Amino acid sequence: MTAGQTPSQTVGPFFALGLTAEQYGYPFTSIAGPDLTGPETVGDRIQVFGQVLDGAGTPVSDALIEIWQADATGNFAGKGANAGFSGFGRAGTGVHDDNCFVFQTVKPGIIAEGHAPHINVIVFMRGTLNHLFTRIYFPEDAAAHAADPVLTAVPRDRRATLIATADSDRAYRFDIHMQGAHETVFFDL
Amino acid sequence: MLKPGEFYQRDREWHPPALTRDYKTSVSRSPQYSLISLQNSVSEITGPVFGHNDIDPLDNDLIHNYAKSGESAIGERIIVHGRVLDENGRPVPNTLVEAWQANAGGRYRHWKDTYLAPIDPNFGGCGRTLTDENGYYYFRTVKPGAYPWRNWVNNWRPSHVHLSIFGSGFAQRLITQCYFEGDPLIAKCPIVNTIPDKAAQGQLIAALDMNATIPLDTIAYKFDIVLRGRRSTLFENRLEGN
Repeated sequence: MTAGQTPSQTVGPFFALGLTAEQYGYPFTSIAGPDLTGPETVGDRIQVFGQVLDGAGTPVSDALIEIWQADATGNFAGKGANAGFSGFGRAGTGVHDDNCFVFQTVKPGIIAEGHAPHINVIVFMRGTLNHLFTRIYFPEDAAAHAADPVLTAVPRDRRATLIATADSDRAYRFDIHMQGAHETVFFDL
Repeated sequence: MLKPGEFYQRDREWHPPALTRDYKTSVSRSPQYSLISLQNSVSEITGPVFGHNDIDPLDNDLIHNYAKSGESAIGERIIVHGRVLDENGRPVPNTLVEAWQANAGGRYRHWKDTYLAPIDPNFGGCGRTLTDENGYYYFRTVKPGAYPWRNWVNNWRPSHVHLSIFGSGFAQRLITQCYFEGDPLIAKCPIVNTIPDKAAQGQLIAALDMNATIPLDTIAYKFDIVLRGRRSTLFENRLEGN
């Protein structure tokens, strides 16, 4: 039996009720939030933050960012990751005045030989009919980037859009540009 | 050693394109470069796993999960139920399905929603559930109302429930909307019409399901969800994942 894939539709402007209630202060529980760490989480704690900018360069106030990453040892939850780390986080951009998403997490390890540390990202927002996949890489791993099979599949002049900038001690900025000269690389995967 | 296979590619002729001018917000929020195509790696064929500890017993009953004790939400009582399957017809078990929606008057309990319809004090408008071992899920709720939105001068959203589904890998992630059979606003909706193929649009329309109604209580609609299939992992001890 084969059936077509159920078509995607936009997340719309009101996702916070269902998906990021605790972050937005709605009286509902959430299955995940912007802080991936807990007391038992092992690894180098970092903050990853940024804005989503539309084609006019305006920060988007109703984007939903999901991240999925390996733990500090390079293992995914359910595949050997340490028990204190789910690897999954969610943040909306409608809470902070500057419309940033802000994640507390750990620096991911290397998932396999030749792969540079990275965080997988899904971007959802009103106006976006199909969610978009991208990746966050880290500036201190330049040597590993040269061999990474995903980064090397990206035209050289666009790779920088996937590399966060070190903002302050253990904080990284990763802005997501929907359009324009610095349009972020998005993946079909 | 067995390993999960890659996912079939996302069917980009079936899903809506990124840029659809009749849905105006897409104009400044759609990428202009082509997407870069990747083979799935372990990063994308794995994904978060949720369990029954993440779910409260009333989480899939939107009629009662925000209502005061002994009260219930106002509106046409409905069941939305179905199976989460992959393209090979295989059930996707134990996967998280999240739902959010407007109340029966077409108003969300969201501070940004200022539509005239009143808030129902007994309706929160969100829920979640896990599919069972056969991929089956259900929600009890009220039928959401239609509501106007700013796009053209006079656009109305058909009744819809937003649904978020994880599947078994990050690449399988899906957020969509479930519409209801017989609603004349479906054909007029610029967001529905971002989907180019009418048959694909039809996959988002839940069918009245008389056999699942509870007589004298609740009417039912059936909404099956199809996620990307998984390739066979060839040259292993056995085929897996399809």
